Amino acid sequence: MSAVPKLRLVGLRKAFGAKVVLDGVDLEVPRGSSMVILGGSGSGKSVTVKCVLGLIEPDGGRIEIDGRDLAALPRAERAAVLDRTGMLFQNGALFDSLPVWENVCFKLLAQKRIPRRAARDKAAEVLAQVGLGPEVCDLWPAELSGGMQKRVALARAIAAGPDLIFFDEPTTGLDPIMAAVIDGLIVDVVKRLGATAVSITHDMASARRIGDHAAMIHKGRIVWTGPAKALGNSGNPLVDQFARGEREGPITMDLRR
Amino acid sequence: MDRLLDAVAALGRLSLGLCRSVGAVAVFAAVALSGLLRPPFHARNFARAFAEVAYFSLPVVGLTALFTGMALALQSYTGFARFNAEGAVANVVVLSITRELGPVIAALMIAGRIGAAFAAEIGTMRVTDQIDALSTLSTDPMRYLVTPRIAATTLALPLLVLVADILGVAGGFLIGTGKLDFTAAGYLRATVDFLQAMDVVSGLVKAAVFGFFVALMGCWCGYTSRGGAEGVGAATTQAVVSSSILILASNYVLTELFFAR
Repeated sequence: MSAVPKLRLVGLRKAFGAKVVLDGVDLEVPRGSSMVILGGSGSGKSVTVKCVLGLIEPDGGRIEIDGRDLAALPRAERAAVLDRTGMLFQNGALFDSLPVWENVCFKLLAQKRIPRRAARDKAAEVLAQVGLGPEVCDLWPAELSGGMQKRVALARAIAAGPDLIFFDEPTTGLDPIMAAVIDGLIVDVVKRLGATAVSITHDMASARRIGDHAAMIHKGRIVWTGPAKALGNSGNPLVDQFARGEREGPITMDLRR
Repeated sequence: MDRLLDAVAALGRLSLGLCRSVGAVAVFAAVALSGLLRPPFHARNFARAFAEVAYFSLPVVGLTALFTGMALALQSYTGFARFNAEGAVANVVVLSITRELGPVIAALMIAGRIGAAFAAEIGTMRVTDQIDALSTLSTDPMRYLVTPRIAATTLALPLLVLVADILGVAGGFLIGTGKLDFTAAGYLRATVDFLQAMDVVSGLVKAAVFGFFVALMGCWCGYTSRGGAEGVGAATTQAVVSSSILILASNYVLTELFFAR
């Protein structure tokens, strides 16, 4: 394992108006590992990832990929670093107006890395890696089931061969069997690419399946990091309550009665 | 006194909000137009938007122009009959259509059809993370979604208005010759003799400006929409309303520029 982590967040801060979402997030993701970020709804998991991907401008702190501070890089270099990332969105975010094969090869086509007539074959090849046949190529996103959409979105995220991949709630809305299938695919493709993975999830079974390491975010800060296997008996009351899904504990929900 | 101050403060907030919005739209337009200056150019998106405006909008704009020309001929005839000036019907129809009604009516129809579609499509992409997905796939959403739509609508609307002009005049001709006892040759001669190149050109320039506003407001309202289906619905309405107002306001300004003495 290299000494320089693939991704390092130092004191990352973000507020929307008066609401502080990230209050100094510190996190290191070792190269080639799979990190799972856990946390309740609104705890800042997605905002963290969106800050890394440049979709949201953080208010403060530092984001380093391969030891390079993104904010300090010239625009073109920053774009080049982010060009080697991939993202699987929670709802898939497939482009409705394009067939599956164009969705999968979108980045390759946009950057003219492959000719258009070769893209369909390339899409079929990548779809096979996520367990889908070539007959899916010409379907439209609206014609796919939720599980198939997730797999197509996964194919799109890996088609350009990224070395840092983010997964936002990859199993949300799927039945337990399909969730396990998606988790298995994620583990396979990440290993095959030799990539580093960062996943956000509420699903403990999924977290244990796909994660080498886990981090818990609570009230905008990372309160625990450790091996994913330790979830549930970490010794941290916040993590253990969350992992076991217990109502009583240090995490309280503001419910109006 | 307090009420007066409250009213002034409210007016001030409204003015500041308006300035902020105008500034934000202007920056949005500048960023979109800067996409025309350097690659990548998304030719497929341009072609798709161009076809949507110039070809698939033909029936609705053509029919509207035809019926407008017909109604105009009838109205002019009955109105001018009071002054024994029925012979000016052809002149009024061709001038009204080419200078004003052709561009304005076509643009309003396009605002309802295309501006709303742009807002709904881009708005849906916004609330379903598709725009964020474009960014993560190393594609600038402004260049991919907005620049081609603005360029295509600005270029396509003049073509559409040219067709609307022809059909609007044809509508007047149908009523003039079929109902109002003009001879075909006499009506056409009156139309052609009276028409000047500037009448048509001014209408086409107006069309380009209207097309720019329709696409700009459609894209802007969609791009900045928030809050799921309700937000997309609001963005669509806002796109049609704001572009219609801009069409009518800019029509006056352009008419002043072209024809005021």
